[in-house]
This record gives sequence, structure tokens and C-alpha cells, in this order.
Amino acid sequence: METFDVIIVGGGPAGLSAAISAAKRGMRTCVIERGDYPGTKNVMGGVLYTWATDKVVPEFWLEAPLERPVIEQRYGILSGNEILSVAYRDPDWDHPPYNAHTVLRVKFDRWLAKQAESAGAMIITETVVHDLLYQGQEVVGVRTGRQEGDLGAKIVILAEGVNNFVAQKAGLAKPLNAENVAVVVKEIISLTPEKIEDRFCLETNQGATIELFGESTQGMLGTAFIYTNKDSISIGVGVLLHPLIHTKWTPHDLLEAFKAKLYVKRLLQGGETKEYLAHLIPEGGYNAMPRLYRQGVMVVGDTAMFVNAIHREGSNLAMTSGKIAGEVAAEAIHAGDVSEANLRHYEKRVRDSFIIKDLYKFRKTGNFFEENPHLLKLYPEIACNAMKVFFTANETPKKEVYKNMMKMTFKKRSRSELTKDIIHAWRAFQ
Amino acid sequence: MHFLICLKQVPDSSEVRIDPATNTLIREGVPSIINPYDAHALEEAMRLKEKFGGKVTIISMGPPQAKEALRKAMTFGADRAILLSDRMFAGSDSLATAYILTVAIQTINDTDPVDVVLCGKEAIDGDTAQTGPGIAERLGYEQLTYVIKIRDMDQSSITVERKMEDGREVLKAKLPVLITVEKELNDLRYASLPNMMKAAAYEPEVWEAKRLPFDPSQMGLKGSPTSVSRIFAPPAKSGGEILDGLQDPVGTAVNVVEKMFQQNIIMVHPLAKGGR
Ligand SMILES: Cc1cc2nc3c(=O)[nH]c(=O)nc-3n(C[C@H](O)[C@H](O)[C@H](O)COP(=O)(O)OP(=O)(O)OC[C@H]3O[C@@H](n4cnc5c(N)ncnc54)[C@H](O)[C@@H]3O)c2cc1C
Repeated sequence: METFDVIIVGGGPAGLSAAISAAKRGMRTCVIERGDYPGTKNVMGGVLYTWATDKVVPEFWLEAPLERPVIEQRYGILSGNEILSVAYRDPDWDHPPYNAHTVLRVKFDRWLAKQAESAGAMIITETVVHDLLYQGQEVVGVRTGRQEGDLGAKIVILAEGVNNFVAQKAGLAKPLNAENVAVVVKEIISLTPEKIEDRFCLETNQGATIELFGESTQGMLGTAFIYTNKDSISIGVGVLLHPLIHTKWTPHDLLEAFKAKLYVKRLLQGGETKEYLAHLIPEGGYNAMPRLYRQGVMVVGDTAMFVNAIHREGSNLAMTSGKIAGEVAAEAIHAGDVSEANLRHYEKRVRDSFIIKDLYKFRKTGNFFEENPHLLKLYPEIACNAMKVFFTANETPKKEVYKNMMKMTFKKRSRSELTKDIIHAWRAFQ
Repeated sequence: MHFLICLKQVPDSSEVRIDPATNTLIREGVPSIINPYDAHALEEAMRLKEKFGGKVTIISMGPPQAKEALRKAMTFGADRAILLSDRMFAGSDSLATAYILTVAIQTINDTDPVDVVLCGKEAIDGDTAQTGPGIAERLGYEQLTYVIKIRDMDQSSITVERKMEDGREVLKAKLPVLITVEKELNDLRYASLPNMMKAAAYEPEVWEAKRLPFDPSQMGLKGSPTSVSRIFAPPAKSGGEILDGLQDPVGTAVNVVEKMFQQNIIMVHPLAKGGR
């Protein structure tokens, strides 16, 4: 049986970042990926964050296949065909050091895999890892689905994404449940660069993102998004599985309903759907994290539930956790100690980083929205109504306009309910 | 025994489209695969190697990206892969390609005699089925085309079944031999993990034109008398005629049979004519 220092299960951002950092530290490293090549199975919106990526591949933007640097991020709420939104734009984000780029994962992951290979890692594709390999209680490698498919390793890093089968078998993670995962469907719609730039007010090498709440998800906890690529638009809707199950909505219908909204329709006009994709996002957050390590094993990325749904961050948590795991693996192997006690450093370091600090910060928000389903239905309506009254110019004196705004609001939500909501919201984000 | 496979990287034809304006293939963004027939040739070589011992060499002519196909081919467990890649080869038709591959095979043969050359019956991006036979002619090897079964082989001869329009033909030939294969020849196997790893670490050899004793006039555009005047997508078949059988079933049946006679779909056998 061939033996490596580090074997990584899964060639997404987390696994490939782990591979790069381990291989750079002289570890004999092997990534095992079930897809034809890294990226074929992977989906994201997708906004790739510069800071985390740069830490893994310095100045990646010089070579990586990126779509557009994001210079404007718009957040809004949708109610019927009404929209209330705010956008922040900074043209300085179109050049280094950037903040984020849109990417298509098929291309980006493949490129990242090439970087891992250049760093010395071996990438085995079209191969599924079924389980860890044990000697007594000790993990000593992995078992794949191929003939003569066992491979030895001093440390195994589980980067298998949201479908955490190997981590489950190893007793580290629990099966996913409907409260902890969101389902997202997405289309890539081709559109000429000129049209994209006109419709989103962009220069040739600039991109924009839009996230819409409220009726874009039929009031369910989730978002709908529209991102600009070079010559296509990524558009998708993601909602938590739990509320979805209790409605008549299918993910596909949600997306169609979103695309039919006048504002959205206009942005997509004349485009042609090129791809249709679907994927899960683990959104259980802090309270649903699996055990992050044991003797000979570390868990990274989506498998570790490292997704900050509120801020639409996942890839950066994946890459950062992968990088840390690669470093810890190299240190442990150099020290000749891959025991549970020594791998505790991995958990300590992710806890000290923004990853778990952010998950902790938002540990209550998921529940908060789940327990208050009216929030994403009622408030978009209230807000849009209020703005409509505010902007309407007619014979009504402004004094009355303001009064009407308040009246309408309190009709939908009484003063005491409103106060309660605000207090709960404040607590949820504490 | 030494088995040598000629293998081509081709665009995945299920995803190729033709630009209606220019009538050229849109290759952009189309994934590349190993020509499916060649994969079966390689699989057969591996089986023969398992039975008779020896080694398997793969050669391919193509652009530098064709290395991907060779690396993938190595997962079958082959011993060596060589990419013939040079600007001077660009634009070669099947005549010139056969020439280039022949020179390469002769060069390999000088140090490492080749017993069986295996090719796919044709490449799915050209469908000419000329390259294999072209190589056999130049090498002076026996050629067995459209092989669907290898019945028997020993140190000096091989017996195969060929696919014919109206049946099978069993032929025996002396070695060395060149065979071109059909997909029915075998089922591709799932590569073992050790072979996957060998392939992932393998760097195919790249041979440029200057390495081999080539006659430049026989390769590239210069050596290619074929010119493609036009490429077009065959017109989509229009839907068939639908006859309503509910009103008058018998009349409709008669009508259908008449139409089939008219279009020569069914015919009266000459011997039966008198009886009609
Ligand atoms: C629609 C959508 C939009 C998103 N948008 C954003 C965004 O805009 N910005 C952002 O930062 N994040 C976004 N995310 C989240 C982000 O995509 C993930 O957090 C990130 O991809 C996690 O990386 P990973 O490497 O942990 O997992 P993955 O990217 O899922 O990679 C896991 C890999 O492991 C392989 N694998 C799994 N099991 C096995 C096995 N047993 N054997 C071998 N291989 C295996 C898979 O094939 C896959 O390649 C989005 C997610 C989705 C679904």
C-alpha cells in the first residue's frame, strides 16, 4: 500500500488549500476527488474573496480564471414588483488589492488544483473515498472505491463538502437535517459583456452583485442573488430546506418566480440559459459544527459547517480552514505526533480566527428567523409601502404623509409587536 | 510482446456544435476526450499484455494539450506514452498523419520491436477510418480492420473476427500486424488505484519533429492533399407523416402499404413476382 503524509478527501477550495499549504511544507500530499476533475461537481454563486484566496495563492488574480472584480454590492427587499434596495459601490475595488471577484467554480477549482500540483501535491480524480482506514483505533489512511484502493496516510483531512459521508462514518459529524441545510438552484444565463455593463452601470472590467430578500424567496429564510460574470449572469435562489418542505414550492419554481419579477426580467432580457445547477449549503453554523479533529484527522470547509450565511461567505472560510489544517498537519508530522492531543491546535487556530468567531456571532440568527417567519414576509411589505407613500407626490401635506406611513406600519404590526421584534433581532445578533 | 496504440484526443462530439454562420466547428469550451474507439484498442492491448506479457506504448499526434489524454490513457496501466507535437505537424490530414505516426513507430521499432499496432477504427471528429490502414501500408504490416474479437494469438500469428455488413469474417494474419478495432471488442474496466496514481505522476514524453527522420514535404499542410470545402450540420429530420387510423382502419392500412411500396421500403421478391 502506497503511503502519503497527508491525504485530502475532496478537491474543493478547502481541500485544495489544505493541499497547497501541506505540499509547500514538504509533505507528500494527495488529494482524492470524485469528479472528472476538481470543479466539475462544485457550485457557488459565486463571490470569491480576495483576502483569503491571496493567503493561499499570493497574487492569484494575475493568473486565476476570474470573472469580474465586484465593485458594487446591492442588498434589497422585494415585495410584489416593488423593490427597496441599497447599494454600496467602490470603483477602487476593480484593481489590486481588490475585495472580491465573481468566479465560475468549474474553471476556478480546476485552476486551483493546478496550483496544488505545482506545489507538489498529487491529484487523483474520478475516485470516491468511502471510508477512513483504521489500524485498531488509529486512522492510518483512506479506502477508495477502486481496485487495490487503500492508501496510507499519517493525516487525513476531510474536505468532502456539504455531503459529509466520510466524516459521519468516522463518527465526527452527524447526518444533515433540514434545519441545517439550504438548497440552492442556479442558472448561468449568457449575455453580452456590453449588455451586462449597460444594465449594471459597469466599466469593462467591473462586476456587481445583487441579493434580494423577502418575496424573492416567497418569504422563506434565504436569498435570491444575481451576479455578473464576464459574459453571463449567475442567478439563483436559496432557501433553508425546513421551511421549503412545508410549502408547495419546489426550488425550480422559486427560481422561475424570481426570474419573472419585472426588475429581474429586465436584467436578464435576451439572455439564454446555458447551465442549470443545484447544490446544498450547510447553514447550521456554530451550533451544528461537527467534531473538528481526532487522532490523524481534521475536518475543514463545508464539512465542518464553516459557512456564514448572513454574509454569504463560505469559500473564504473553506480556504482559510484548509490552509490552517495543512499547516497543522505539517507541524504535527514534523513533530512525529499526530495524536488527538496534538491536532487540537487545529481547532484552537480556527477558533482564534474569524471563522469560528463569525459563526459564534451569528449562532442565533438562523433560529431567530425560523421562529419569526413573519419577518421576511411582513417587513418587506411594510418597508415598500412606507417608501411608496414617502415618495408619492400629491395633494397630501407631508405632515400627513408621515403620519400615514406610521399608521400603515402599525396597522400591519402593532407598536408592542414591533418593539418585541426589534429587541429579539438585537438579541439574535448579539 | 510489444503492443503499440495510436490514440487521438478528440472533442467530445456529443458537445460539439457547428457555427451556422461560418460552418466551422465551435471547439471553444468543448471538453476533450480520448477517441472512444482508441480507448477500446488500449483496453485490448492491456488484456493482451496481461495474457502474453510484454509492454504497452501509446503514441499520439496532437497539440500540447493532448498530454491530458495521454495521462488519462496511462490510467489503463500502459508503460509509456509519447506525444508527437510540433507546429510542423499542424494541419495534417489523414494521409500526413499516417505518415508522421509511421515514422514514429519505425523509430520506436528500431530499439524496441513492435508486434501489434492497435488503432481505433476511426476518430469521431473525422470519421475517415484511413489513418490505421495508412500506417499499416507504410509499415508493410498485415492489416486487420473493424476487429470485434481476438480469437487467438501466439508469438507469430493472430486470429481475429472482423465486423462485416452481413456477418463476421474470421481472419488469421502473421505478426507484426496492425488492427483497427470496434467498440464491441471489449468493455472498458475501471482503473485500479495504483494505476491512477502512476498516471497522475506520469509525464508523457514529447517528441518534436527534429527528433525523427522526417520528410517535411509529407507532413503538415504541405503533405495534406485533402481540403475541406465545407462543413455543415445535416438538416434535422422532419417529423414523419401521421395517418389517422381511427376513421377508416382498413383504408389506412392499405394506404400505408402502398406508400411503403412507393418508397421501396418493401419490395416484391423477384421470384415471387409471377405469383402476385
Ligand atoms: C449556490 C451556492 C452559492 C454560493 N455562493 C457563495 C459565494 O458567493 N461566496 C462564497 O464564499 N461561498 C459561496 N457558497 C459556499 C461555497 O460554495 C462553499 O462554502 C465552498 O465551496 C466550500 O468548499 P469545500 O471545499 O468545503 O466544499 P466543496 O466546494 O463542496 O468541495 C468538496 C469536494 O469534495 C469532493 N468530494 C466529496 N465527497 C467526496 C468523496 N467521498 N471522495 C472524493 N471526493 C469527494 C466533491 O466532489 C467536491 O469537489 C455558495 C454555495 C452554493 C451552493
